[in-house]
Amino acid sequence: MGKIVLCVAVITKENYPLYIKTVPMENELKFHCTVHTSLDVVEEKISAVGKALVDQRELYLGLLYPSEDYKVYGFVTNTKVKFVIVVDSSNITLRDNEIRSMFRKLPNSYTDVLCNPFYNPGELIQSKVFGNMILGMMVQVC
Amino acid sequence: MEPQFRNYSSQQASGPLHVLQLENGTRTIGVIHRLQAGKQPSISAQKKTNRRSGAGDQALFSSVYSILMQQLPREPMEWRRSYGRPPKMIHLEANFVQFKEELIPKEGNRALLTFPFLHIFWTDCCDTEVYKATAKDEITKWQNILKAYSSSDWLIVVVESDAKKKNKTNILPRTSIVDKIRNDFCNKQSDRCVVLTDPLKDSSRTQESWNAFFSKLRTLLLMSFTKNLGKFEDEMRTMREKRTEAGWSFCEYFMVQEELAFVFEMLQQFEDALVQYDELDALFTQYVVNYGAGDGANWLTLFCQPVRSWNGLVLRKPIDMEKRELIQKNKATLLDLRSYLFSRQCTLLVFLQRPWEVAQRALELLHNCVQELKLLEVSVPVGALDCWVFLSCLEVLQRIEGCCDQAQLENNYCHTVGLWSYATEKLKSLGYLCGLISEKGPNSEDLNRTVDVLAGLGEERPETANSPQSPYKTLNEALSSVEAFEKHYLDLSHAAIEMYKSIGQIRSAQLLGKDLADFYMRKGEPQIAETYLQEALKTYQAEGWPLLISHTRKQLAECQKRLQQTQNYLQTSSLLAGDDKLTETERIHFCREIVKLAKQPGSGQDDRLLLGMEGFVQLKSLCFNPVCAMVHVGGVLDVELTVHSLMPLPVHLDQLSVHLHLTVSKDTSKRSAEFGGRNRNANGIFLFPSEPTGHPFPRNKQPFIELYELYDRSPSDSSLNSSGIICKNMHLLLRRQESNTSLERSSSLAVEDAAYALRISDILLQPGINTIHFKTEAKEAGTYTLRQLCASVGRVQFTLPHIYPIIQYEVYSQEPQLKVEPMTDSLLAGISQPVKFTIQTGHYTVKTGDALQLSITDTLPILHSASSTATVSTNGGDKISEAPLAIQSSGKITSITLPQAADYHQIEFELHVICHMPSTLPTAPDSERPSTDLKAIRKAHEKTKLDIPCMTSIEQKISIDCPWSIYSTLISLTFNIPFNAKHLLLSSGRRKYLQVCVRNLSDIDFLLFDPQLVKVSNSSELSFVSMNSLKQQHMYSKQVTFFLWEFKWSQEPRASVHCQFSVDFTPLPGQELGSMKPFTYELKLDNFCTLYDVKAEIFPPLGAEMCKMGTLCNLEVSIVRLSDITEVDKDEALVECDGYCTTKLMYEVVDNSSNWAVCGKSSGVISMPVSARATHKVHMEVMPLFAGFLPFPDVRLFKYLPFQPSPSGQMDTDSWIENDSLSLDRNLDDQVESSSLRSRGSTHSSGSSEHKGVPMPRLLPFSTGQVFNTSASMQILVIPSQDDHMLEINVT
Repeated sequence: MGKIVLCVAVITKENYPLYIKTVPMENELKFHCTVHTSLDVVEEKISAVGKALVDQRELYLGLLYPSEDYKVYGFVTNTKVKFVIVVDSSNITLRDNEIRSMFRKLPNSYTDVLCNPFYNPGELIQSKVFGNMILGMMVQVC
Repeated sequence: MEPQFRNYSSQQASGPLHVLQLENGTRTIGVIHRLQAGKQPSISAQKKTNRRSGAGDQALFSSVYSILMQQLPREPMEWRRSYGRPPKMIHLEANFVQFKEELIPKEGNRALLTFPFLHIFWTDCCDTEVYKATAKDEITKWQNILKAYSSSDWLIVVVESDAKKKNKTNILPRTSIVDKIRNDFCNKQSDRCVVLTDPLKDSSRTQESWNAFFSKLRTLLLMSFTKNLGKFEDEMRTMREKRTEAGWSFCEYFMVQEELAFVFEMLQQFEDALVQYDELDALFTQYVVNYGAGDGANWLTLFCQPVRSWNGLVLRKPIDMEKRELIQKNKATLLDLRSYLFSRQCTLLVFLQRPWEVAQRALELLHNCVQELKLLEVSVPVGALDCWVFLSCLEVLQRIEGCCDQAQLENNYCHTVGLWSYATEKLKSLGYLCGLISEKGPNSEDLNRTVDVLAGLGEERPETANSPQSPYKTLNEALSSVEAFEKHYLDLSHAAIEMYKSIGQIRSAQLLGKDLADFYMRKGEPQIAETYLQEALKTYQAEGWPLLISHTRKQLAECQKRLQQTQNYLQTSSLLAGDDKLTETERIHFCREIVKLAKQPGSGQDDRLLLGMEGFVQLKSLCFNPVCAMVHVGGVLDVELTVHSLMPLPVHLDQLSVHLHLTVSKDTSKRSAEFGGRNRNANGIFLFPSEPTGHPFPRNKQPFIELYELYDRSPSDSSLNSSGIICKNMHLLLRRQESNTSLERSSSLAVEDAAYALRISDILLQPGINTIHFKTEAKEAGTYTLRQLCASVGRVQFTLPHIYPIIQYEVYSQEPQLKVEPMTDSLLAGISQPVKFTIQTGHYTVKTGDALQLSITDTLPILHSASSTATVSTNGGDKISEAPLAIQSSGKITSITLPQAADYHQIEFELHVICHMPSTLPTAPDSERPSTDLKAIRKAHEKTKLDIPCMTSIEQKISIDCPWSIYSTLISLTFNIPFNAKHLLLSSGRRKYLQVCVRNLSDIDFLLFDPQLVKVSNSSELSFVSMNSLKQQHMYSKQVTFFLWEFKWSQEPRASVHCQFSVDFTPLPGQELGSMKPFTYELKLDNFCTLYDVKAEIFPPLGAEMCKMGTLCNLEVSIVRLSDITEVDKDEALVECDGYCTTKLMYEVVDNSSNWAVCGKSSGVISMPVSARATHKVHMEVMPLFAGFLPFPDVRLFKYLPFQPSPSGQMDTDSWIENDSLSLDRNLDDQVESSSLRSRGSTHSSGSSEHKGVPMPRLLPFSTGQVFNTSASMQILVIPSQDDHMLEINVT
């Protein structure tokens, strides 16, 4: 069975990528496109809920962007940092719960990165620990 | 579009009747009755046949049939449902069919649609005989059949009519027939038999019986329906539970559950119907998932047949019978099953008015199908799925369009746009497949493929054959020719892009735009492609997606190359060549492209190609030498620029230049201070802000905000008025964002005219860090600001339009300057001290023979020694040479020959000067004249000031003529006199002494010698006898030295003596003596001869040995005249009478320490003879108030002058006030006063205004030394009183 999590991205409030990891590498461009385009839906979802109660907004945005080959899931923090996970849609066994658990891990690791006093917010994430966590996430589901 | 159900019913009069079948199109699927709920449009029902059985009353049922059909659905019934589902109000509708045994379903038959829910036996028998003969048998037979099928849902209707009763005479009461039937058949179920009275009449009785009948009928019908439906559902579930068993067929189960869905659909319970399909959908999906997990069910292989037909979804028919049949026959493929399922779901969703869910589900379905086919490894011909998806998308979209108006569609683009873009994507891939997207058009292979693809579409379906725009026709047409394809593809793309834009999904629109750009590039229309690429690139740049930027730029470069936009192409290439997201080969390619194009000769006259610097080179740092970035005119400034070349190859630059802007500032000092304070760092290095690490692309083109602190100080005392923060680059930050100009275009690149520039030619820029040195000789004074950086490669000129942060260097021109400063904090007069001369040559060159001409006063001679040298150094402080100074003095002019020195150098030398002590000391400004203001605080303040006297200073001016100027420079030096002196006249009877007190105010020590006191006025009768034993004396800093002389005179000295004190001094450690003038102090003494001797004596009271506290003692004051009449005595008080002169004196006994109480007169006026040894004694009583050694009370003596009217009243008043204050003082101080003085005092105190009118005598004090007090500081022992002693003992 191939990889399930194909791409993980952390995107800032200003919509530039802080971190984007793609496996395998050859489709990197395509995934960058996909993640970038998914911001459309993220913004739509954020603004749609923005009208309603902001407090009760769920951070997990669910499926953003189904396509033939993969599914894009999103999560947005209260500070509008977005996490996007692209999943191979040929693997139907992946459950929503597993996606949610990934979205619990991701913000936690991101918070750890931010807590590093040598990291300036807004810089690209180059933390090895974070990278290993992402890799672990991509491998673990295989 | 509702399903066309047709009901047909049969009926019979006196016979069994059951309910009906339902027809759908050509096929009967069958339902027995229809129930209607809510306000749904009624489903049209047709009566087909009225079948009757037997010879009974045919007319009977047919006569009530229409009423039945009409009235049954009128009243709603509450439908209670099992499994906790909420109850619903439904309207029952039924079809009636003639009873046939074959219609009763056998055990296990699950056809719910044809199920007879209620069997009704109609009879109008009212005759017992007839009943017994026929009716009873018939009913029995009917009942037996029902029992045989274990059906318990039946009803017997007895129709009564008055007409019949009238005809028959021998009829039994009608109740008896009903009773009989009930008795015979309705065992405990009496409600199973109802009476319908005169059904065709219009009477209240008839109405009543109808109502009762309908109520019964509805209840029973619903009861039966619920029961049978429940049974059906149970059976269905049982069947589903068996799905793991071998041989279970999905298709079979599908048909069963669909039956349930049909029932719900007919009941207009679409939600429930949809649930059935969704369950089927989920079940199937689960099986496919399991198959993927390796758990394949046998039946699933049936669905894995290769795809042969891909004609898309069919949504125009409520039920796609063809597909249904395929499923029923186990012949359906996966696409068939999915298509059928979706068409049913779509139909129900449309009924439910949820068309947007259709769109959403359709997209999921299409994605899912593609995945399922892959998962099940179904063989799919090339392009087949693309066709299927494309057709399906269009079908769904058209279906939705069919049930919504335009406004609704526009508001719901967000739901449909996905389908649009999916269709576009699929059409595009078909286009590529069939060779329709190329400049040449399809080749034969492409055409073959097109034929294959179209073959799978089959014939167009009859429903759409006549519509002008069917998905089938669209696809056929699109694939028919390049032009048609282009039209359809562009239509779709534009539609999708428009929709994305209208719902604000710009990124999706741009992604499609990029596809379009790709398409146009293939079509050979790069100019259209460029627009789309630029648009996408703008977003990527704004949001900082490096990979997307690189890729889009690559496309753009290709496009610009084809368009021959050389400038833009070069710009893009330069960015790409420096882009680390690209491979090395790609970068080298673009780098070579730049170099190649740069070498090509241009066509026009101005063939320079201006490009931005950002992709080419990044500035790292800049360093000035000298580090202060200040250089004088003619000096050399070295600028070291460190750049990071982003090019993958070494690039040869024809020229690299930094353009400068010169600001000539008038106020150079202020300018440089501001400049220096702003961004000068100590080491002269400027760092250019680099992009955040690992982020090669700026998030936006906004520069970083630059903030500085601002302090506003008041010009007068430099106190802080306000402080704040200012933004220095506000003009950049608040600039309006250019919305339409592309970021790639270098429209803002304008090379300024560079009148001033730093240039360097022919350099090779290596990849990575390069250090470039610019050397410049400063020519014009002013501030140079680094503005632009230009690098020329052939005709290409890379330009950095603004160098940021602002970097400046300064070229200054300086006037020659001479400065004369003391070497110490302050200069002291009287001793030799060094003074430093500093010459800043500025732009002047000191030539041989140049000399300074000093005009000096006598009091400030310059002491020149052979050893004095001058030092020449650079402005920076580096010593260059040293030369001896040639100093020549002639008269008042001293000439100093300067050593040679170049411009912008510094000459320093020291000269010793001495400022002679002035013969007469100027009076110090804060001389000890007591202020008229008598306020105590002020007095105290002055007193402390007096304790530390300041040095008196002398200003000395030197006028210097400099060789560079025709004007003289006037220099002022301030010298402080290190000493001050005071004198004191001391008396001892008639003998007089003079004490001189010299204070050293300076910080250095002196040696004093040879003190002298000489008379200035010529009074030979007076001589001074020195009582100073030491010849020379050390006087340390801040110390005081006293000198003393005794006056001797041969004859009575004059009233006034003027003399001068002088002492030689030399600073310690010793200097050569003699050259310095002594310190002098002039003093004047007036009336210093003693005239009176005042002596006080205190005697204990008579009989006592000692004075005792609290006891009155005698005080005797004797005033003795010591000299004969002198000049001083000749005043108004002198009275001459018979050659006998007297003067008037006032004495006064004062005890300021309150030791004594003076009893009686404490003062008085006496007439004193003016002759030697004249004595006057005064007695008075005093009482000691304390025990111990008490000082004597003071006895004061004043001259008592008679009143003399003075021409100037003012002066008079002054003296009066003086007098008055004296007496007032005494009033306050003395508790005991003499009565005469009290009276005088009281007149004085009554009002000062009286003074002028009343002639009052004046008191005049004697000058120092005129009165000698013999008993001054004498003390007398006073013993304590006895009682006190006793008391003391008691206490102890």
